[in-house]
Amino acid sequence: MNPPLLIGAGGPVIPNFGGSSHQFACEKANRLFCWDWFNHNWSTTLWPALRQHVVLVVIAVALGFAVSMGLALLAHRYRRTEQPMIAFTSFLYTIPSLAFFELLVGIPALGLSFWTAEIPLIAYTLLILFRNILAGLRNVPTEVLDSARGMGMSRRQMLLQVELPLALPAIIAGLRIATVSTVALATIAAVVDNQGLGVPIISGIDNYYFKTELIAAGVLAVLLAIAADSLLVGTKRLLTPWTRTRAV
Amino acid sequence: MITNFVDAFKFIFRNGQIPGQPHFTTLTYYALGTLKVTLIAMAISLVIALPLGVWLGHRHRGSFIAINIGNIGRALPSLVVLAIASAFLGIGLNEVLVALVVLAIPPIVTNAYVAIDEVDRDLVDAARGMGMTDWQVLRQVELPVAIPLLMAGVRTATLFVISTTTIAAFAGYGDSLGEVVANEASYHLYGLLGASICIAALAMAIEVGLALLQRALTPVPLRRAEALAMTDETLVPALSGV
Repeated sequence: MNPPLLIGAGGPVIPNFGGSSHQFACEKANRLFCWDWFNHNWSTTLWPALRQHVVLVVIAVALGFAVSMGLALLAHRYRRTEQPMIAFTSFLYTIPSLAFFELLVGIPALGLSFWTAEIPLIAYTLLILFRNILAGLRNVPTEVLDSARGMGMSRRQMLLQVELPLALPAIIAGLRIATVSTVALATIAAVVDNQGLGVPIISGIDNYYFKTELIAAGVLAVLLAIAADSLLVGTKRLLTPWTRTRAV
Repeated sequence: MITNFVDAFKFIFRNGQIPGQPHFTTLTYYALGTLKVTLIAMAISLVIALPLGVWLGHRHRGSFIAINIGNIGRALPSLVVLAIASAFLGIGLNEVLVALVVLAIPPIVTNAYVAIDEVDRDLVDAARGMGMTDWQVLRQVELPVAIPLLMAGVRTATLFVISTTTIAAFAGYGDSLGEVVANEASYHLYGLLGASICIAALAMAIEVGLALLQRALTPVPLRRAEALAMTDETLVPALSGV
Protein backbone atom coordinates (compact mmCIF):
# COMPACT_ATOMS: atom_id res chain seq x y z
CA MET A 1 0.00 0.00 0.00
CA ASN A 2 1.43 3.36 -0.93
CA PRO A 3 1.29 6.05 1.74
CA PRO A 4 0.96 9.14 -0.48
CA LEU A 5 1.16 11.67 2.33
CA LEU A 6 4.62 10.60 3.31
CA ILE A 7 6.05 11.03 -0.16
CA GLY A 8 8.20 14.12 -0.44
CA ALA A 9 7.74 14.93 3.23
CA GLY A 10 11.46 14.43 3.66
CA GLY A 11 10.67 13.63 7.25
CA PRO A 12 12.90 11.98 9.81
CA VAL A 13 13.51 8.27 9.61
CA ILE A 14 12.39 7.87 13.20
CA PRO A 15 8.74 8.85 13.27
CA ASN A 16 8.24 12.19 14.94
CA PHE A 17 4.66 11.80 16.14
CA GLY A 18 3.14 15.08 17.25
CA GLY A 19 5.67 16.92 15.12
CA SER A 20 7.25 18.94 17.92
CA SER A 21 10.99 19.46 18.38
CA HIS A 22 11.12 18.28 21.98
CA GLN A 23 8.98 15.22 22.37
CA PHE A 24 7.15 13.94 25.39
CA ALA A 25 7.60 10.29 26.28
CA CYS A 26 3.99 9.40 25.58
CA GLU A 27 4.23 11.33 22.32
CA LYS A 28 7.24 9.33 21.18
CA ALA A 29 5.46 6.09 22.00
CA ASN A 30 2.28 7.28 20.23
CA ARG A 31 0.18 6.05 23.14
CA LEU A 32 -3.61 6.20 23.05
CA PHE A 33 -3.80 9.71 24.45
CA CYS A 34 -0.84 11.90 25.45
CA TRP A 35 -2.12 14.51 27.89
CA ASP A 36 1.26 16.28 27.97
CA TRP A 37 1.08 16.91 24.25
CA PHE A 38 -2.55 17.97 24.54
CA ASN A 39 -1.81 20.54 27.26
CA HIS A 40 1.27 21.79 25.44
CA ASN A 41 -0.55 22.25 22.12
CA TRP A 42 -3.97 23.32 23.31
CA SER A 43 -3.39 27.05 23.09
CA THR A 44 -1.23 26.97 19.95
CA THR A 45 -3.00 24.37 17.78
CA LEU A 46 -6.28 23.02 19.05
CA TRP A 47 -7.97 26.11 20.48
CA PRO A 48 -7.34 28.28 17.37
CA ALA A 49 -8.53 25.40 15.16
CA LEU A 50 -11.69 25.09 17.23
CA ARG A 51 -12.37 28.82 16.97
CA GLN A 52 -11.83 28.79 13.19
CA HIS A 53 -14.14 25.79 12.98
CA VAL A 54 -16.89 27.68 14.79
CA VAL A 55 -16.48 30.61 12.37
CA LEU A 56 -16.62 28.28 9.33
CA VAL A 57 -19.79 26.61 10.60
CA VAL A 58 -21.58 29.76 11.77
CA ILE A 59 -21.01 31.56 8.47
CA ALA A 60 -22.02 28.49 6.45
CA VAL A 61 -25.23 27.89 8.39
CA ALA A 62 -26.13 31.59 8.58
CA LEU A 63 -25.69 32.18 4.85
CA GLY A 64 -27.26 28.82 4.01
CA PHE A 65 -30.23 29.75 6.15
CA ALA A 66 -30.60 33.15 4.50
CA VAL A 67 -30.51 31.63 1.00
CA SER A 68 -32.88 28.79 1.96
CA MET A 69 -35.31 31.19 3.58
CA GLY A 70 -35.39 33.29 0.43
CA LEU A 71 -35.88 30.22 -1.78
CA ALA A 72 -38.54 28.78 0.54
CA LEU A 73 -40.54 32.02 0.66
CA LEU A 74 -40.39 32.18 -3.11
CA ALA A 75 -41.53 28.56 -3.44
CA HIS A 76 -44.24 29.19 -0.87
CA ARG A 77 -45.58 32.11 -2.87
CA TYR A 78 -45.07 30.62 -6.33
CA ARG A 79 -45.60 26.86 -6.16
CA ARG A 80 -44.23 26.31 -9.63
CA THR A 81 -40.71 27.22 -8.50
CA GLU A 82 -40.64 24.43 -5.90
CA GLN A 83 -39.67 21.53 -8.16
CA PRO A 84 -36.68 23.23 -9.83
CA MET A 85 -35.43 24.38 -6.42
CA ILE A 86 -35.69 20.90 -4.94
CA ALA A 87 -33.95 19.47 -7.99
CA PHE A 88 -31.17 22.04 -7.73
CA THR A 89 -30.56 21.63 -3.99
CA SER A 90 -30.63 17.81 -4.32
CA PHE A 91 -28.14 18.08 -7.15
CA LEU A 92 -25.75 20.11 -4.97
CA TYR A 93 -26.18 17.61 -2.15
CA THR A 94 -25.14 14.71 -4.40
CA ILE A 95 -21.68 16.13 -5.16
CA PRO A 96 -19.18 14.34 -2.90
CA SER A 97 -17.54 16.83 -0.56
CA LEU A 98 -13.94 16.36 -1.68
CA ALA A 99 -14.89 16.79 -5.34
CA PHE A 100 -16.96 19.88 -4.54
CA PHE A 101 -14.14 21.60 -2.65
CA GLU A 102 -11.56 20.73 -5.30
CA LEU A 103 -13.72 21.77 -8.27
CA LEU A 104 -13.89 25.28 -6.84
CA VAL A 105 -10.10 25.35 -6.66
CA GLY A 106 -10.19 25.27 -10.47
CA ILE A 107 -11.92 28.66 -10.53
CA PRO A 108 -9.04 31.18 -10.42
CA ALA A 109 -11.03 33.79 -8.49
CA LEU A 110 -11.46 31.28 -5.69
CA GLY A 111 -8.37 29.06 -5.73
CA LEU A 112 -7.31 27.95 -2.27
CA SER A 113 -9.28 30.45 -0.24
CA PHE A 114 -11.76 30.88 2.57
CA TRP A 115 -14.71 31.02 0.17
CA THR A 116 -13.63 27.82 -1.57
CA ALA A 117 -14.08 26.19 1.82
CA GLU A 118 -17.27 28.06 2.60
CA ILE A 119 -19.29 27.67 -0.63
CA PRO A 120 -19.71 23.85 -0.52
CA LEU A 121 -20.56 24.03 3.19
CA ILE A 122 -23.28 26.57 2.39
CA ALA A 123 -24.49 24.50 -0.57
CA TYR A 124 -24.87 21.35 1.53
CA THR A 125 -27.13 23.10 4.06
CA LEU A 126 -29.59 24.24 1.37
CA LEU A 127 -31.38 20.93 0.76
CA ILE A 128 -32.36 20.25 4.36
CA LEU A 129 -33.05 23.89 5.29
CA PHE A 130 -35.11 24.64 2.18
CA ARG A 131 -37.22 21.51 2.63
CA ASN A 132 -37.82 22.04 6.31
CA ILE A 133 -38.70 25.73 6.03
CA LEU A 134 -41.10 25.01 3.17
CA ALA A 135 -42.64 22.01 4.96
CA GLY A 136 -43.08 24.17 8.08
CA LEU A 137 -44.84 26.91 6.11
CA ARG A 138 -47.02 24.43 4.23
CA ASN A 139 -48.13 22.60 7.36
CA VAL A 140 -49.80 25.60 8.95
CA PRO A 141 -53.46 24.49 9.36
CA THR A 142 -55.91 26.06 6.92
CA GLU A 143 -58.28 27.05 9.77
CA VAL A 144 -55.51 29.14 11.29
CA LEU A 145 -54.86 30.88 7.99
CA ASP A 146 -58.58 31.46 7.49
CA SER A 147 -58.94 33.03 10.93
CA ALA A 148 -55.91 35.22 10.29
CA ARG A 149 -57.43 36.34 7.02
CA GLY A 150 -60.78 36.83 8.75
CA MET A 151 -59.10 39.12 11.26
CA GLY A 152 -58.13 41.29 8.34
CA MET A 153 -54.42 40.46 8.29
CA SER A 154 -52.47 41.37 5.20
CA ARG A 155 -50.36 38.75 3.42
CA ARG A 156 -47.24 40.16 5.03
CA GLN A 157 -48.78 40.16 8.51
CA MET A 158 -49.93 36.57 8.05
CA LEU A 159 -46.45 35.49 7.06
CA LEU A 160 -44.65 37.27 9.88
CA GLN A 161 -47.16 36.80 12.68
CA VAL A 162 -48.77 33.46 11.86
CA GLU A 163 -46.97 31.30 9.33
CA LEU A 164 -43.34 31.82 10.31
CA PRO A 165 -43.90 31.40 14.08
CA LEU A 166 -45.89 28.21 13.49
CA ALA A 167 -43.18 26.93 11.15
CA LEU A 168 -40.47 27.49 13.77
CA PRO A 169 -40.31 23.90 15.10
CA ALA A 170 -39.73 22.54 11.58
CA ILE A 171 -37.24 25.32 10.79
CA ILE A 172 -35.21 24.65 13.93
CA ALA A 173 -35.31 20.90 13.30
CA GLY A 174 -33.75 21.64 9.92
CA LEU A 175 -31.18 23.97 11.45
CA ARG A 176 -30.16 21.24 13.92
CA ILE A 177 -29.49 18.69 11.17
CA ALA A 178 -27.76 21.27 8.98
CA THR A 179 -25.53 22.52 11.81
CA VAL A 180 -24.48 19.09 13.06
CA SER A 181 -23.60 17.86 9.58
CA THR A 182 -21.76 21.09 8.75
CA VAL A 183 -19.59 20.69 11.86
CA ALA A 184 -18.58 17.25 10.60
CA LEU A 185 -18.13 18.34 6.97
CA ALA A 186 -16.10 21.42 7.81
CA THR A 187 -13.18 19.19 8.81
CA ILE A 188 -12.71 18.39 5.11
CA ALA A 189 -12.57 22.09 4.27
CA ALA A 190 -9.00 22.06 5.63
CA VAL A 191 -7.97 20.37 2.38
CA VAL A 192 -8.55 23.62 0.47
CA ASP A 193 -8.13 26.24 3.18
CA ASN A 194 -5.90 25.83 6.20
CA GLN A 195 -8.65 26.38 8.74
CA GLY A 196 -10.63 24.57 11.38
CA LEU A 197 -10.36 21.22 13.10
CA GLY A 198 -9.41 19.54 9.84
CA VAL A 199 -5.94 21.11 10.21
CA PRO A 200 -4.92 19.14 13.33
CA ILE A 201 -6.55 16.03 11.84
CA ILE A 202 -4.52 16.26 8.63
CA SER A 203 -1.38 17.10 10.59
CA GLY A 204 -2.07 14.08 12.83
CA ILE A 205 -2.26 11.91 9.72
CA ASP A 206 0.91 13.48 8.30
CA ASN A 207 2.70 12.87 11.58
CA TYR A 208 2.49 9.11 11.13
CA TYR A 209 -1.06 8.78 12.48
CA PHE A 210 -0.36 10.56 15.76
CA LYS A 211 -3.26 9.23 17.84
CA THR A 212 -3.49 12.03 20.42
CA GLU A 213 -3.97 14.72 17.79
CA LEU A 214 -6.52 12.67 15.82
CA ILE A 215 -8.54 11.80 18.90
CA ALA A 216 -8.34 15.32 20.37
CA ALA A 217 -9.53 16.97 17.15
CA GLY A 218 -12.18 14.32 16.54
CA VAL A 219 -13.58 14.59 20.06
CA LEU A 220 -13.59 18.40 19.80
CA ALA A 221 -15.57 18.19 16.56
CA VAL A 222 -18.15 15.84 18.06
CA LEU A 223 -18.41 17.96 21.24
CA LEU A 224 -18.87 21.08 19.13
CA ALA A 225 -21.67 19.36 17.21
CA ILE A 226 -23.37 18.33 20.46
CA ALA A 227 -22.97 21.82 21.95
CA ALA A 228 -24.40 23.50 18.84
CA ASP A 229 -27.29 21.04 18.80
CA SER A 230 -28.10 21.66 22.48
CA LEU A 231 -27.99 25.39 21.88
CA LEU A 232 -30.56 25.03 19.09
CA VAL A 233 -32.77 22.79 21.24
CA GLY A 234 -32.65 25.46 23.97
CA THR A 235 -33.49 28.17 21.43
CA LYS A 236 -36.44 26.14 20.27
CA ARG A 237 -37.76 25.79 23.81
CA LEU A 238 -37.48 29.54 24.32
CA LEU A 239 -39.06 30.51 21.01
CA THR A 240 -41.87 27.99 20.88
CA PRO A 241 -43.31 27.73 24.41
CA TRP A 242 -46.64 26.43 23.02
CA THR A 243 -45.07 23.18 21.84
CA ARG A 244 -44.23 22.31 25.43
CA THR A 245 -47.76 22.59 26.77
CA ARG A 246 -49.22 20.44 24.04
CA ALA A 247 -49.36 16.82 25.15
CA VAL A 248 -47.48 14.57 22.78
CA MET B 1 -10.89 29.46 -15.72
CA ILE B 2 -12.11 27.82 -18.92
CA THR B 3 -8.69 26.38 -19.71
CA ASN B 4 -8.49 24.65 -16.32
CA PHE B 5 -11.69 22.78 -17.02
CA VAL B 6 -10.94 22.14 -20.68
CA ASP B 7 -7.65 20.54 -19.61
CA ALA B 8 -9.55 18.55 -16.99
CA PHE B 9 -11.82 17.06 -19.65
CA LYS B 10 -8.84 16.33 -21.88
CA PHE B 11 -7.29 14.54 -18.93
CA ILE B 12 -10.44 12.48 -18.35
CA PHE B 13 -10.49 11.18 -21.91
CA ARG B 14 -6.79 10.97 -22.68
CA ASN B 15 -5.14 10.13 -19.39
CA GLY B 16 -2.44 7.53 -19.58
CA GLN B 17 -2.01 4.11 -18.15
CA ILE B 18 -0.75 3.20 -14.74
CA PRO B 19 2.37 0.98 -14.81
CA GLY B 20 1.26 -2.57 -14.12
CA GLN B 21 -2.34 -1.79 -15.01
CA PRO B 22 -2.09 -1.88 -18.81
CA HIS B 23 -5.78 -2.37 -19.49
CA PHE B 24 -7.13 0.74 -17.87
CA THR B 25 -6.44 4.45 -18.04
CA THR B 26 -5.64 6.12 -14.73
CA LEU B 27 -9.10 7.47 -14.08
CA THR B 28 -10.91 4.28 -15.15
CA TYR B 29 -8.69 2.29 -12.83
CA TYR B 30 -9.35 4.57 -9.87
CA ALA B 31 -13.06 4.90 -10.68
CA LEU B 32 -13.35 1.10 -10.64
CA GLY B 33 -11.46 1.07 -7.35
CA THR B 34 -13.88 3.62 -5.88
CA LEU B 35 -16.83 1.58 -7.12
CA LYS B 36 -15.41 -1.65 -5.69
CA VAL B 37 -14.84 -0.22 -2.20
CA THR B 38 -18.27 1.45 -2.26
CA LEU B 39 -20.04 -1.77 -3.25
CA ILE B 40 -18.28 -3.93 -0.65
CA ALA B 41 -18.85 -1.37 2.12
CA MET B 42 -22.53 -0.98 1.22
CA ALA B 43 -23.03 -4.76 1.02
CA ILE B 44 -21.59 -5.25 4.52
CA SER B 45 -23.50 -2.28 5.94
CA LEU B 46 -26.80 -3.41 4.44
CA VAL B 47 -26.40 -6.95 5.80
CA ILE B 48 -25.81 -5.56 9.30
CA ALA B 49 -28.03 -2.47 9.38
CA LEU B 50 -31.15 -3.34 7.38
CA PRO B 51 -32.28 -6.39 9.41
CA LEU B 52 -31.52 -4.51 12.64
CA GLY B 53 -33.51 -1.40 11.70
CA VAL B 54 -36.37 -3.37 10.16
CA TRP B 55 -36.62 -5.71 13.17
CA LEU B 56 -36.58 -2.85 15.69
CA GLY B 57 -39.21 -0.99 13.67
CA HIS B 58 -41.38 -4.09 13.32
CA ARG B 59 -41.30 -4.64 17.09
CA HIS B 60 -41.64 -0.87 17.73
CA ARG B 61 -38.76 -1.22 20.14
CA GLY B 62 -35.52 0.62 20.83
CA SER B 63 -36.62 3.93 19.31
CA PHE B 64 -34.12 5.81 21.46
CA ILE B 65 -31.15 3.82 20.15
CA ALA B 66 -32.42 3.58 16.58
CA ILE B 67 -33.01 7.32 16.27
CA ASN B 68 -29.96 8.49 18.19
CA ILE B 69 -27.54 6.27 16.29
CA GLY B 70 -28.49 8.37 13.26
CA ASN B 71 -27.82 11.62 15.12
CA ILE B 72 -24.44 10.43 16.34
CA GLY B 73 -23.55 9.18 12.88
CA ARG B 74 -24.25 12.62 11.46
CA ALA B 75 -21.90 14.26 13.97
CA LEU B 76 -18.97 11.92 13.22
CA PRO B 77 -16.52 13.59 10.83
CA SER B 78 -15.62 11.03 8.17
CA LEU B 79 -12.00 12.21 8.01
CA VAL B 80 -11.62 11.48 11.74
CA VAL B 81 -13.19 8.02 11.51
CA LEU B 82 -10.88 7.18 8.59
CA ALA B 83 -7.78 8.56 10.32
CA ILE B 84 -8.50 6.79 13.60
CA ALA B 85 -9.16 3.50 11.75
CA SER B 86 -5.78 3.92 10.03
CA ALA B 87 -4.03 4.84 13.29
CA PHE B 88 -5.31 1.83 15.22
CA LEU B 89 -5.83 -0.81 12.54
CA GLY B 90 -3.41 0.16 9.78
CA ILE B 91 -3.72 1.18 6.15
CA GLY B 92 -5.45 -1.01 3.62
CA LEU B 93 -8.73 -2.09 2.11
CA ASN B 94 -10.05 -3.86 5.22
CA GLU B 95 -9.25 -0.94 7.49
CA VAL B 96 -10.99 1.52 5.18
CA LEU B 97 -13.99 -0.82 5.00
CA VAL B 98 -14.27 -0.76 8.81
CA ALA B 99 -14.43 3.05 8.75
CA LEU B 100 -16.93 3.10 5.87
CA VAL B 101 -19.21 0.56 7.52
CA VAL B 102 -19.14 2.55 10.78
CA LEU B 103 -20.24 5.63 8.83
CA ALA B 104 -22.84 3.87 6.64
CA ILE B 105 -24.72 1.92 9.31
CA PRO B 106 -26.35 4.84 11.23
CA PRO B 107 -28.44 6.36 8.40
CA ILE B 108 -29.58 2.91 7.23
CA VAL B 109 -30.65 1.76 10.72
CA THR B 110 -32.43 5.01 11.57
CA ASN B 111 -34.32 5.26 8.30
CA ALA B 112 -35.29 1.57 8.26
CA TYR B 113 -36.53 1.88 11.84
CA VAL B 114 -38.58 5.02 11.20
CA ALA B 115 -39.92 3.66 7.88
CA ILE B 116 -41.27 0.44 9.40
CA ASP B 117 -42.26 1.98 12.74
CA GLU B 118 -44.41 4.62 11.04
CA VAL B 119 -46.39 2.27 8.83
CA ASP B 120 -50.09 2.96 9.48
CA ARG B 121 -51.14 0.82 12.47
CA ASP B 122 -54.62 0.35 11.00
CA LEU B 123 -53.05 -1.22 7.95
CA VAL B 124 -51.06 -3.65 10.10
CA ASP B 125 -54.12 -4.46 12.22
CA ALA B 126 -56.16 -5.13 9.11
CA ALA B 127 -53.46 -7.46 7.82
CA ARG B 128 -53.37 -9.33 11.12
CA GLY B 129 -57.17 -9.50 11.12
CA MET B 130 -56.97 -11.21 7.74
CA GLY B 131 -54.96 -13.92 9.45
CA MET B 132 -51.51 -12.96 8.20
CA THR B 133 -48.57 -14.28 10.14
CA ASP B 134 -45.98 -11.94 11.61
CA TRP B 135 -43.63 -12.65 8.73
CA GLN B 136 -46.34 -12.09 6.13
CA VAL B 137 -47.25 -8.75 7.72
CA LEU B 138 -43.64 -7.66 7.53
CA ARG B 139 -43.00 -9.01 4.05
CA GLN B 140 -46.29 -8.12 2.35
CA VAL B 141 -47.50 -5.02 4.19
CA GLU B 142 -44.84 -3.17 6.15
CA LEU B 143 -41.85 -3.50 3.81
CA PRO B 144 -43.62 -2.44 0.58
CA VAL B 145 -45.14 0.60 2.28
CA ALA B 146 -41.84 1.50 3.94
CA ILE B 147 -39.72 1.27 0.76
CA PRO B 148 -39.43 5.01 -0.04
CA LEU B 149 -38.21 6.07 3.40
CA LEU B 150 -36.09 2.97 3.82
CA MET B 151 -34.44 3.56 0.45
CA ALA B 152 -33.83 7.20 1.35
CA GLY B 153 -31.57 5.91 4.14
CA VAL B 154 -29.77 3.55 1.78
CA ARG B 155 -29.23 6.36 -0.71
CA THR B 156 -27.91 8.74 1.95
CA ALA B 157 -25.53 6.05 3.17
CA THR B 158 -24.33 5.30 -0.37
CA LEU B 159 -23.56 8.95 -1.07
CA PHE B 160 -21.76 9.13 2.24
CA VAL B 161 -19.69 6.05 1.39
CA ILE B 162 -18.65 7.29 -2.08
CA SER B 163 -17.73 10.65 -0.61
CA THR B 164 -15.73 9.03 2.19
CA THR B 165 -14.01 6.53 -0.10
CA THR B 166 -12.44 9.42 -1.97
CA ILE B 167 -11.50 11.21 1.26
CA ALA B 168 -9.76 7.98 2.34
CA ALA B 169 -6.86 8.99 0.07
CA PHE B 170 -6.01 11.67 2.63
CA ALA B 171 -5.91 9.04 5.36
CA GLY B 172 -3.56 6.80 3.39
CA TYR B 173 -5.80 4.52 1.30
CA GLY B 174 -4.92 5.15 -2.33
CA ASP B 175 -7.10 2.88 -4.46
CA SER B 176 -9.80 5.42 -5.24
CA LEU B 177 -10.26 8.58 -7.30
CA GLY B 178 -9.26 10.50 -4.18
CA GLU B 179 -5.71 9.36 -4.84
CA VAL B 180 -5.52 11.68 -7.87
CA VAL B 181 -7.05 14.54 -5.87
CA ALA B 182 -4.63 14.03 -2.99
CA ASN B 183 -1.60 14.13 -5.32
CA GLU B 184 -1.81 17.42 -7.10
CA ALA B 185 1.98 17.39 -7.36
CA SER B 186 1.84 14.40 -9.72
CA TYR B 187 -1.44 15.01 -11.51
CA HIS B 188 -1.53 18.84 -11.62
CA LEU B 189 -4.62 20.98 -11.27
CA TYR B 190 -6.24 19.56 -14.41
CA GLY B 191 -5.86 15.99 -13.11
CA LEU B 192 -7.34 17.00 -9.80
CA LEU B 193 -10.27 18.69 -11.53
CA GLY B 194 -10.75 15.73 -13.89
CA ALA B 195 -10.83 13.30 -10.98
CA SER B 196 -13.25 15.55 -9.08
CA ILE B 197 -15.58 15.63 -12.08
CA CYS B 198 -15.42 11.82 -12.25
CA ILE B 199 -16.20 11.50 -8.53
CA ALA B 200 -19.24 13.77 -8.88
CA ALA B 201 -20.42 11.95 -12.03
CA LEU B 202 -20.00 8.56 -10.35
CA ALA B 203 -21.99 9.67 -7.31
CA MET B 204 -24.79 10.99 -9.48
CA ALA B 205 -24.91 7.88 -11.65
CA ILE B 206 -25.22 5.69 -8.55
CA GLU B 207 -27.86 7.99 -7.06
CA VAL B 208 -29.94 7.81 -10.24
CA GLY B 209 -29.50 4.01 -10.30
CA LEU B 210 -30.76 3.75 -6.73
CA ALA B 211 -33.71 6.03 -7.49
CA LEU B 212 -34.67 3.68 -10.33
CA LEU B 213 -34.18 0.65 -8.05
CA GLN B 214 -36.46 2.27 -5.50
CA ARG B 215 -39.11 2.72 -8.15
CA ALA B 216 -38.78 -0.89 -9.23
CA LEU B 217 -39.12 -2.08 -5.61
CA THR B 218 -42.21 0.03 -4.93
CA PRO B 219 -45.38 -2.00 -5.64
CA VAL B 220 -47.17 -0.76 -8.76
CA PRO B 221 -50.37 0.39 -6.96
CA LEU B 222 -48.28 2.52 -4.59
CA ARG B 223 -46.22 4.08 -7.37
CA ARG B 224 -48.75 6.64 -8.47
CA ALA B 225 -49.13 8.01 -4.95
CA GLU B 226 -45.40 7.73 -4.59
CA ALA B 227 -44.69 9.65 -7.77
CA LEU B 228 -45.47 12.91 -5.98
CA ALA B 229 -43.27 12.21 -3.00
CA MET B 230 -40.57 10.72 -5.17
CA THR B 231 -39.96 13.85 -7.15
CA ASP B 232 -38.75 15.23 -3.83
CA GLU B 233 -36.06 12.61 -3.58
CA THR B 234 -35.07 11.60 -7.04
CA LEU B 235 -32.31 13.36 -8.86
CA VAL B 236 -33.44 12.61 -12.38
CA PRO B 237 -34.95 16.08 -12.90
CA ALA B 238 -31.79 17.64 -11.53
CA LEU B 239 -29.64 15.82 -14.01
CA SER B 240 -31.80 16.55 -17.00
CA GLY B 241 -31.61 20.21 -16.10
CA VAL B 242 -27.85 20.33 -15.90
